[in-house]
Amino acid sequence: MPGLEDLYREIILDHYRSPRNRGELETPPAVRVEGFNPLCGDEIVVTIDVQDGVLADIKIAGTGCSISQSSASMMSAAVKGKSVAEARDLIATFKGMMSIHEATLPSGAGDAGTIEETEPEAIDIDALGELAALQGVVKFPVRIKCATLSWNTLAQGLDEAASPV
Amino acid sequence: MAELTGTRSPTATLDAATLAKDFPLLTREIHGRPITYLDSAASSQRPTAVLDAMRNYDETTHANVHRGVYTIAEEATRRFEAARTNVGRFIGAPDPGREVVFTKNATEALNLVAHTWGRTHLGRGDVVVLTEMEHHANIVPWHMLAAERGIELRWIPIDDDGQLVLDDLDAVLDGAKLLGVTCMSNVLGTLNPITELAAAAHAAGAVVLADACQSVPHLPTDVASLGVDFLAFSAHKMLGPTGIGVLWGREELLAELPPFLGGGEMILDVRKDGFTPNDIPWRFEAGTPPITEAIGLGAAVDYLRAVGMDAVRAHEISLTAYALDALNERFGDGIRIFGPSDAEARGGVLSFALGEVHPHDISQILDQYGVCVRAGHHCAKPLMRRLGVNSTARASFALYNDERDVDTLVEALDEAKKFFA
Ligand SMILES: Cc1ncc(COP(=O)(O)O)c(C=O)c1O
Repeated sequence: MPGLEDLYREIILDHYRSPRNRGELETPPAVRVEGFNPLCGDEIVVTIDVQDGVLADIKIAGTGCSISQSSASMMSAAVKGKSVAEARDLIATFKGMMSIHEATLPSGAGDAGTIEETEPEAIDIDALGELAALQGVVKFPVRIKCATLSWNTLAQGLDEAASPV
Repeated sequence: MAELTGTRSPTATLDAATLAKDFPLLTREIHGRPITYLDSAASSQRPTAVLDAMRNYDETTHANVHRGVYTIAEEATRRFEAARTNVGRFIGAPDPGREVVFTKNATEALNLVAHTWGRTHLGRGDVVVLTEMEHHANIVPWHMLAAERGIELRWIPIDDDGQLVLDDLDAVLDGAKLLGVTCMSNVLGTLNPITELAAAAHAAGAVVLADACQSVPHLPTDVASLGVDFLAFSAHKMLGPTGIGVLWGREELLAELPPFLGGGEMILDVRKDGFTPNDIPWRFEAGTPPITEAIGLGAAVDYLRAVGMDAVRAHEISLTAYALDALNERFGDGIRIFGPSDAEARGGVLSFALGEVHPHDISQILDQYGVCVRAGHHCAKPLMRRLGVNSTARASFALYNDERDVDTLVEALDEAKKFFA
């Protein structure tokens, strides 16, 4: 049975208590995307400023639990200043760490009892840096949506930045 | 509002610890600790009597109902229909055999009203009045009807104590065709003055649909004295199984409604050029119904009746008062408990915000202590917006909970608070 320390690593609590890159960028030029977690009603707002294929700036607003907030905070720190391609790779790697489980979950719900614990394979955990601390979340399947919320929202934002409507 | 608040009857008592022994699940351990189940507002646990009744039916009597002439088919039909009358009597239905419709759950019961009554009585510009504290199940069907045929929704607001604001009731109800109102909020615990509301709605010419999901399991219910026209509830919140809910409707209203879903069971005759619908209540029960579940619901009603709904209510008032005191004493300004501050004005549902700790995180930490509470919007997003929160943590009681459960909750909350401090 996974313990709380698997979920609430110190680095996670640190990002939760002092989130990085809080706020919203001015739109335009920034792109603004909202993400919702239907399970808990949490809402995240990601604003990104993409210039010449580089994610020049990112800010996070909205409310959420410690997992969603710290994941968003770490994400913002990790992708800021990276190229869009690098950011997309990171999204893929992060979601890979979570996805084996996420894919088996219906939206917004999960039954911990029926989901096997699988170690993520072929994922370059090292590439994730401190984000790897969120790995413990996979042992708490209902919380995976919390961890991936900001990443899905960012992915959507990158799509929108690539093809402005 | 006397009819729903119940009264503390001096003779009505129950011993929760003894009753808890009837519930096999409550012997479970979670993370090495005895389970403290405080999520009965979402779904209650089932006593052995219910589990046994269902098993006995399955092992001795199961056959499809209303079809065969052989012995067990006849017995199955009799037991199924007996469950229906039993449930009807439990809520004071004047004609229990005809007025109780079995559905999949309360949500389907509410949708049934929107679908059949709504589609035959509501057109462009007609007004449906709801309250700010409704569950999504009593909101979304009306939104769907609004999108389909342009009906207008009006809302009865709540005040800061979580009570409906009834000052402008007559104006809100003016010209309304239906009032949809929850008997007891699944978030605030608020017990609404249903008799008063129903009288006002009827005076305005509106029909009253009551969502009794949270009240039928915890308070004596009498549809006649409530004065409502339709009443919906789910078995799984009243010690019964999932998969079955109830719509009670006044006989003369049900009798004039068209069918809900089409298929077997709901017809008297089918020809190539049409069909003749069955009599009520079967007209609304297309296909094979949840038979085992109906038997289980009947057994749950027997169990509740044996304990006594007055005793259940008295127990839950005193437990809620104890919990309000204990939480306020331990956390003071650090906790915000939503809903009425008076235990007599509410049911055993306590939603709260504990400082800045997110409800998800509270629930996660509490789980380590074996304490099961709900975290989320509780399918009441308009209410969440009114309260200015995205979600709350919610502890809710049933007849098997006692003061030790509250003590465990308070200790575990203290740990959660320390963890995130
Ligand atoms: C007040 C209220 N109405 C409706 C429902 C819906 O019940 P069910 O999900 O059983 O259909 C619930 C349960 O969540 C409820 O608490």
